Amino acid sequence: MNFIFKLAWRDSRASRRRLVLFSLSVVLGIAALVAIGSFSANLRAAIDDQAKSLLGADLVITSRQPILSEVQAHLDALGGEQAREAAFSSMLVIPTPEGDRTRLVQVRAVEGRFPFYGEFLARPAEAPGQLAAGGAVVLLEETLLSQFGLKSGDHVRLGKVTFTVLGAVLKVPGDSTAITQLAPRAFIPLAQLPATELAGPGSLVRHRIALKLPPEIDPLAVEREMRMKFVTERMAYDTVEERKRDLGRALENVYAFLSLVGFVALFLGAIGVASAMHVYIRQKISTVAVLRCLGASARQSFSVYLVQGLGLGLLGATLGALLGIAVQLALPQAMAGVLPFDVDFFISWPAVARGMGAGLVICLLFTLLPLLTVRRVSPLVALRSAFAEPSDRPDPWRIALGGVIVMAIAGFAVEQTRSLTLGLGFTGALAVGFAVLTGVARVVAWAARRWLPRNLPYVVRQGVANLHRPNNRTVLLLVALGLGTFLITTLYLTRTTLLVQIQGTGGEGRPNLLFFDIQDDQIRPLNALLEREGNPAMQQAPIVTMRVRSLKGQPVEELLKDPANRIPGWTLRREYRSTYRDGLTETETLLSGELVPRVSPETGVIPITIEEGLVQDLQLALGDEVEFDVQGVPLRTRLAGVRKVDWQRLQPNFFIVFPEGVLEEAPQFFVSALRITTPADSARLQQAVVRDFPNVSAIDLTLLLETFDTIFSKVALVVQFMAFFTAATGIIVLVGAVLMGRFQRIRETVLLRTLGATRRQLVQIQLVEYAILGVLAAFVGCLLAVAGNLMLAKFVFKTTATADPLTLGIAVLTVSAITLLTGLLSNRGIADHPPLEVLRQET
Amino acid sequence: MSDDNMLKVERLTKTYASSAPTGALTVLREVSFELPGGASLAIVGPSGSGKTTLLGLCAGLDTPTSGQVVLAGENLGRLSEDARARVRNAHVGFVFQNFQLIPTLTALENVLVPVELRGEGGREGEARELLSRVGLGERFDHYPVQLSGGEQQRVALARAFMNRPKVLFCDEPTGNLDGDTAVAMTELVFGLNRERSTTLVLVTHDLELAKRCQRIIRLKSGAVISDSQG
Repeated sequence: MNFIFKLAWRDSRASRRRLVLFSLSVVLGIAALVAIGSFSANLRAAIDDQAKSLLGADLVITSRQPILSEVQAHLDALGGEQAREAAFSSMLVIPTPEGDRTRLVQVRAVEGRFPFYGEFLARPAEAPGQLAAGGAVVLLEETLLSQFGLKSGDHVRLGKVTFTVLGAVLKVPGDSTAITQLAPRAFIPLAQLPATELAGPGSLVRHRIALKLPPEIDPLAVEREMRMKFVTERMAYDTVEERKRDLGRALENVYAFLSLVGFVALFLGAIGVASAMHVYIRQKISTVAVLRCLGASARQSFSVYLVQGLGLGLLGATLGALLGIAVQLALPQAMAGVLPFDVDFFISWPAVARGMGAGLVICLLFTLLPLLTVRRVSPLVALRSAFAEPSDRPDPWRIALGGVIVMAIAGFAVEQTRSLTLGLGFTGALAVGFAVLTGVARVVAWAARRWLPRNLPYVVRQGVANLHRPNNRTVLLLVALGLGTFLITTLYLTRTTLLVQIQGTGGEGRPNLLFFDIQDDQIRPLNALLEREGNPAMQQAPIVTMRVRSLKGQPVEELLKDPANRIPGWTLRREYRSTYRDGLTETETLLSGELVPRVSPETGVIPITIEEGLVQDLQLALGDEVEFDVQGVPLRTRLAGVRKVDWQRLQPNFFIVFPEGVLEEAPQFFVSALRITTPADSARLQQAVVRDFPNVSAIDLTLLLETFDTIFSKVALVVQFMAFFTAATGIIVLVGAVLMGRFQRIRETVLLRTLGATRRQLVQIQLVEYAILGVLAAFVGCLLAVAGNLMLAKFVFKTTATADPLTLGIAVLTVSAITLLTGLLSNRGIADHPPLEVLRQET
Repeated sequence: MSDDNMLKVERLTKTYASSAPTGALTVLREVSFELPGGASLAIVGPSGSGKTTLLGLCAGLDTPTSGQVVLAGENLGRLSEDARARVRNAHVGFVFQNFQLIPTLTALENVLVPVELRGEGGREGEARELLSRVGLGERFDHYPVQLSGGEQQRVALARAFMNRPKVLFCDEPTGNLDGDTAVAMTELVFGLNRERSTTLVLVTHDLELAKRCQRIIRLKSGAVISDSQG
């Protein structure tokens, strides 16, 4: 054993720098795994530590209706403390010297000492206290203050009330920063709500009671009891445990995704290590043969290089762990915008051990592949170098090892994603990428040998010939560069696909501004105003709210209590905002049945159409009867037709559509969609509408796009941060491969030099080889990315993929340029030295 | 086989499979001889006559297609490659035409490899002595690349004697050396052989060198064409 270690150490003397370079290939992959693993442990700890402040209360009950007195009485009987809130969307009016400006906000009318746990952070710090004290005061989202140049003491208007700005909301327990970007918050005292006249009938108010329960009462038990007792009240419950579980689950998904990205970097690095070891071992074959002649067993000679491989893995794992810990320090900054809580930094040693372990195992498995050759080196090689050619006999160990590698990758992916389908899907995608790139590399090498035109200049022929000659790097470089290009380009293409999808919703001629919460008596004057402003409504729909009372004759309450019921509870409990009209809109198609345009008021069972997804959820078939409760009035209907709806278009879309002639007299409100051409028009129109109709709210698609882009950019930053590891690993593997090639090709280069080749010619030969490899890897990587983007768009985002030629062009150019540059830089020096000096070094 | 035979070769044949139209290639046919302990044998013949193949088979570096080799009482045909490696380590020394030193080890470390392989420590003094005996007392810590061809071959000779071999196999030991260096090397090989009563098997083109051996076997196209005393 001692001999093995001693010889492994001595034998590494001349190659230590090279060996360290090989180990660098896996450093970034391990660093990524360690950083993500350890940071994820930080997040889990933060969730546990701040569990109660995640919700701010022990139990939160939310309802679309004002809380009923029976429910209130039940809650009062529990004891403890309560805080209430009414939340809804509305337009905030900001008076400026140039006129009023408007912005859709989430109004949060609050009362009570919320939060019970954690802190309501605001600037100035005393603002939450002033809000609790009451009066016409408002606390606004920090972004609103900066966007409109507002400060404490300024005035803004919500509905009919003018509020004094107290300051900026910084952090409220239970609120996610990402969501507040979409609809900035405006906190007002609950007592001020009636005066605003914003929460009238038809407006969508979310009523919320937060409870701090006496310590002996279990919130989950309260929730269970209330769910049983108030089945029909359709209230949502949120407890700390549920919030923790949901957050934990979301976190696990992010963790799994980022770990997989990190793992790809490790995989790429491992391929680098394997190929470097392959070349290294080929150079060591004569040494192994001599050892065998001198009496070393196959196991001993194999062990010498296994020890070197292990040392390499250990070094890589240690450096990776150190770098990972350093990276972990940077992650909280990168993710700050998307986290709903504070995260304390600490090193999670189990995560470090897991990252290092995964790195070591993968590194070892990939090192073993080329190392297996050592077992089969014949001692005869010492006598005749011709025996150095590897045997064609299939090696059962190699086949078995290949199987173990595939299983290890699949096992890791399944463990990370906690999903057999996803894990195997990831392994499959990696395998396909690997197989395609290897296949292309082999075809290229074959084509270079078969079809190299003889009349090309010498340097071009040499460069192309390098693609197929013994010890070529075609497969390695195509796989490493191609996989890196594939992953990073997929990321960019997916981003474009998602952005285009949203932009497409407001494409040419389509509505891009939506007014909602328009009351029955406001629709005519509002239409008149829109006409006057030159922007008439393109689409308008009446909305009648209703709930399901019974399905196929079975009351909803029974269905909800029935343990055998497979219909999702939310579809039975929710409030449906339905419309009535005499035909389909351009976003709809009729899949089956018919759409009855009009019925007479005395029709007993109304023929309606329902959206296909909801038909499936409610387990309905054509002709089935559904009874609705339209604000207290029962209404029998039957499913006459099934509609497919393109929900991604910004216009009024509905689950349930009634024929004309039934709902006209029911309490209703309206939604209007129109198209504006410039942001200035949008602002002007919104101001005009809000001035005359303070309760009406607007959604501007341009604003939605900006917000989406901001959120996506933050997520993309994290993903890009991880993708960087893959790209950087690709470059390290490339440098490693080129340096290995340098050692392989040195004799040939020196011979060419000896025979009179100029430095320029030598550089040109390399230039041709790297240019072909770089362009090809980038091209194939981009093709794979287009396919990956297509699959993601089709199966994950359910949209049409967009392959932006500019992104693809930039990817091809960048990867080719990096390959060329790295190749040339790494080969720098060979041609500068006198041939004799290089020959001596090689000996 | 009499007890004092160090090497016994019986009807040794080696054939390589080939996809060429001429079919399988037989490089050694029915070769037999015996060699007592302490004897010296030269195997001579033109290029391609099977000399190196015969040497390799005698040393257990390869397995014959038919026939058998008994080395130091061990029938090599019955041993696995690892068992043959143990026999080599215990009883055999090698000197190759192209020296075959391990480039990453110093001269001293190269000489120590055979004993370290066995896990034997504390033999550094002996290794230094052997290196001094071949005239490299000042070059212990030099790497092969820092030594001339003759010096490298002397390190290889010291390494071959380090495990006190019963048989020393030499493959063209002077093939890569100039005249004077070759003469000095020859003296060393035969001197050490005499001193340590080693059996010597030598493959060479050099008839003068072959004549220094007690026995000469001539090969042509894989068959023995003469077996004479030197």
